Amino acid sequence: MTDHTEYRVTALRDGTVIDHLPPGMALKALEFIGHEGGNIVTVGMYLDSRKYGKKDLIKLENKELNEAEIAKIAILGPHTTLAIIRDYRVVAKVAVNIGDEIAAVATCPNPTCITNHDDLRTRFHVMNRHPLRVRCHYCERVVTEAELEVT
Amino acid sequence: MHELFKDIDQDRARSFKGRDIISPLDFEKDEILFLLDVARRFETFREPVLPGCILAALFFEPSTRTRLSFESAIQRLGGSVLGFADKGVSSVAKGETLYDTIRVVEAYCDAIVIRHPLEGSARVAAESTERPVINGGDGANQHPTQTLLDLYTIRKEKDRIDGLRIGFLGDLKYGRAVHSLVDTLCHFDVEMKLISPKTLRLPAQLREKLDSVGISFSEHEEILPAAAGLDILYTTRIQKERFPDLLDYERVKSVYQVDRTILPEVGEELTIMHPLPRVTEISPDLDDYPRAAYFRQSANGVTVRRALLALVLGGIL
Repeated sequence: MTDHTEYRVTALRDGTVIDHLPPGMALKALEFIGHEGGNIVTVGMYLDSRKYGKKDLIKLENKELNEAEIAKIAILGPHTTLAIIRDYRVVAKVAVNIGDEIAAVATCPNPTCITNHDDLRTRFHVMNRHPLRVRCHYCERVVTEAELEVT
Repeated sequence: MHELFKDIDQDRARSFKGRDIISPLDFEKDEILFLLDVARRFETFREPVLPGCILAALFFEPSTRTRLSFESAIQRLGGSVLGFADKGVSSVAKGETLYDTIRVVEAYCDAIVIRHPLEGSARVAAESTERPVINGGDGANQHPTQTLLDLYTIRKEKDRIDGLRIGFLGDLKYGRAVHSLVDTLCHFDVEMKLISPKTLRLPAQLREKLDSVGISFSEHEEILPAAAGLDILYTTRIQKERFPDLLDYERVKSVYQVDRTILPEVGEELTIMHPLPRVTEISPDLDDYPRAAYFRQSANGVTVRRALLALVLGGIL
């Protein structure tokens, strides 16, 4: 029998666990929300998931997501969950759902859309959640998830 | 209330007062039919019901028909017009945002019509002011007043819209008149033939919409035999100004020329429409063909725009 060392991720004292991200999306999610220097960020990718086969997970020390950050995470996948941890306890679970509109978190891929020329808050009407299809409120272009650039 | 409008739906007429006309997506079928009905009454209605009203016509892109027909419409209604027909003479040339332009102009007028090369500009204008804003064309997106006059023309020429077989010919990719009309025809029971070079096909999102609402359509590259048996052939200009690559334009610019030689093949019912201006896609030898409707279509633009202005400014309440 071979000896092996099992590395465990330290439990969060205060912060947020983003769980059930689609596999491979953790780095994208981190790019959306950024991270503050000095605080521990733990990223798990392609972890086994009983429900979905594989998943990604992020633990953010000393950080709770704001509404805009949650809206960006929601774009990535339908099963993502957020748990807010305070003093090692889960104090809240936040649903990560795409509403009827995605506002101010993504740019329109249409170069001749006015939102890419004047300083405007972008708005997209959600036509389909999974796979994501939205219509730009301004230029009316139908945009897929792959085309949507989250800012 | 004039006698001619006594039997129209008064609540619906009131609902149009102050309303923006930006995209066909904003209108239900009943509202479109209501607009067409009011426009029909304006054929014989000549009273100046908007005395003292000022329309601001902000044309950031060249236009002849749309601009002049709006000017004619407001003047026939007893109002007047101010504005510009070239963005070079506006403060936009100095870097002003559209929002600021609209906030300034709203103090000078009662309603605004805007044409702008960027898609979504009319929506931004509408959200910048309480004044009613009418979209006179926003980039390659929508041209709702053209659509209303096209529908009006179709109904006037054919006495109906449902049940017609309608062909679209030419630039189906960039042509906003086509996009708006196809989008709006999704409310009706029609059959479509889409005739274009492969590079100028109707955008996928519109083809998907046709599929999703159950409109039967087929795509073709040649006019014949696709145009045989159609009720309407809606021809369009290949628009040089919309091509990112001029070489692509050169390849397709003269690909379609409709002339009298097609008449024996297409059947006697074919009405030919065109939003104008035409270049070479319709031969002048068709102009005296009784069902060449494009000049009547253009003239209908004033009637429809008179009706629209009267509605959004409360002129027939």
